[in-house]
Amino acid sequence: MSKSVAMKKGSPDAQQGGRLFQWISVVVLSIGGLFFLLPFFWMIMSSFKPESEIVQIPPTLWPSHFTMKSFKDLFENMNFGVYLKNTLIIVLFSFVGLLLNAVAGFGFAKYDFKGRNGLFLLVLATMMIPSQVTMIPVYLILNSMGLTNTMTGIVLPGFVGAFAIFLFRQFMSTIPTELLEATRLDGASEYRIFLQIALPISKPILAVQAILTFIAGWNSFLWPLIIANDESLYTLSVGLSLLKGQYASNFGLQMAGATFMVAPVIVLFTYFQKHIIENFSISGMK
Amino acid sequence: MKGFLNRQAPYVFIAPTLILLTLFSLVPIVVALVISLTDMDLGGLANFDSIGFIGFDNYVEVLTDPVFMKSILNTLFYVVIGVPLVILFSLAVALLINLGTSRIFKAFRVVYYLPSVTNIVAVAVVWSYLYNPSLGLFNYLLNAIGLPDVQWLTQPTTAKLSLILLALWKAVGLNMIIFIAALQGIPKSYYEAAQLDGASLWQQVTKITIPMLRFAIFFVSITTMIGWLQFFEEPFVMTNGGPLDGTLSVSLFIYQNGFKFNNFGYAAAGSFVLFVFIIAITLIQLRLQKNESDMT
Repeated sequence: MSKSVAMKKGSPDAQQGGRLFQWISVVVLSIGGLFFLLPFFWMIMSSFKPESEIVQIPPTLWPSHFTMKSFKDLFENMNFGVYLKNTLIIVLFSFVGLLLNAVAGFGFAKYDFKGRNGLFLLVLATMMIPSQVTMIPVYLILNSMGLTNTMTGIVLPGFVGAFAIFLFRQFMSTIPTELLEATRLDGASEYRIFLQIALPISKPILAVQAILTFIAGWNSFLWPLIIANDESLYTLSVGLSLLKGQYASNFGLQMAGATFMVAPVIVLFTYFQKHIIENFSISGMK
Repeated sequence: MKGFLNRQAPYVFIAPTLILLTLFSLVPIVVALVISLTDMDLGGLANFDSIGFIGFDNYVEVLTDPVFMKSILNTLFYVVIGVPLVILFSLAVALLINLGTSRIFKAFRVVYYLPSVTNIVAVAVVWSYLYNPSLGLFNYLLNAIGLPDVQWLTQPTTAKLSLILLALWKAVGLNMIIFIAALQGIPKSYYEAAQLDGASLWQQVTKITIPMLRFAIFFVSITTMIGWLQFFEEPFVMTNGGPLDGTLSVSLFIYQNGFKFNNFGYAAAGSFVLFVFIIAITLIQLRLQKNESDMT
């Protein structure tokens, strides 16, 4: 942005150069963009093709026999209904986790208590720990609590996250302390201050975090894979990777499963992209 | 009671998350360290008494395990090829998108970002289909322009590159956004001054933009490198580490030993080796960054 603005103030030469570069950039980005979208396009097209058309060479670009059979199979012959239900339960729980992150962010941002900085550093330190190191001990811990192969066990390890706490803290430290103080003088408890002042003010970051939380919950893979032994607890991701192993040559079914997982996220993201991308500009690099 | 709760409010606010983070992030490190010194396996899971302390045997064994060595070499291959590619492509896309402000450039932002938010398992399944030797789109397209088939996932080195291609496609978006945010933080006056001095667009990019992006590049290279060191889902879904362990990453090695062979102690030892790697590389990067900023 900065450059194109600067360009306008430059000499006519520079302006023409800028135009030319913009055109070149549009051409290059269009070609690259086509390659970026190609896998999605192919996935969606293939999910509507009958099996006979999938194995046909040369492949058809557009399905010549449009069918929903693969999608129907997912729910009738596979357990995708169950996977969907489990995934939605995880999403729901992760919204509760999001609220806990917000509360913690508020606590770290607006209160001066003993050990605050040390504890906050501890929270940040957990971001450094790779999941490969924790996955075995967490499994053992959950096992000793009798929580393996339960929904609680699947949800708990990723319930709260240091990065979200960090973002909430950053945002909430900009809330004027006077505002909180005034509400306090009116006799409000700290909990009411959080619910009625801090939370409404934090709407922008809450909205972005809610979308990101939805996407993360919808995509959750590692913990369900490790903790769930029973197919009745599988999420869509785990179910899809199982399907790829079991129906290795049924690409129509695989693409339908992938489309079912990817399409909602594409729609949601495209709709909210402005907020998500701006969130990175605000909080990502500061 | 109410007054007490109100006074302790900050602690009540942070307690739930702190307890969970402690239980599922900090305690596990200690647990992992302890079990990495034992021969814990499936039997040990049922009966703690059968677990024996074996000192550093697991570490000695894992570091001499040819499969583990192979997974380390593969992971280094991913890092050495993958990190520069991710930086190069996301920076190039960010620079190009930053040239314009019109609608179409905003649309490009979405297009290039899309792969980053979509489900990794789903896209790995899609790419497996694209890479299929006989029915895949890629080989069909190659044949259409007169090129021979490529053994995308069946030849060890090519398979690694194929996985990198997928991961690159998925990684460009997020890092591009970070670069765009950094680009917009560069003061316009720098460019105006350079133009007054007659600097060309190329000179402006190499003399102003890239140096000003140094922190963003550093940030992206560290996070990307840590990400590649933990490379897991792509080989898990697409190749399961094959062919001939050619795509086996350290993470996948740990997962397989832990949850397929139930050698918890052995896998925990492997995970600590990975952890040390990640910490060492982060420290080296921080050191390099510090030296560089000292010089300027």
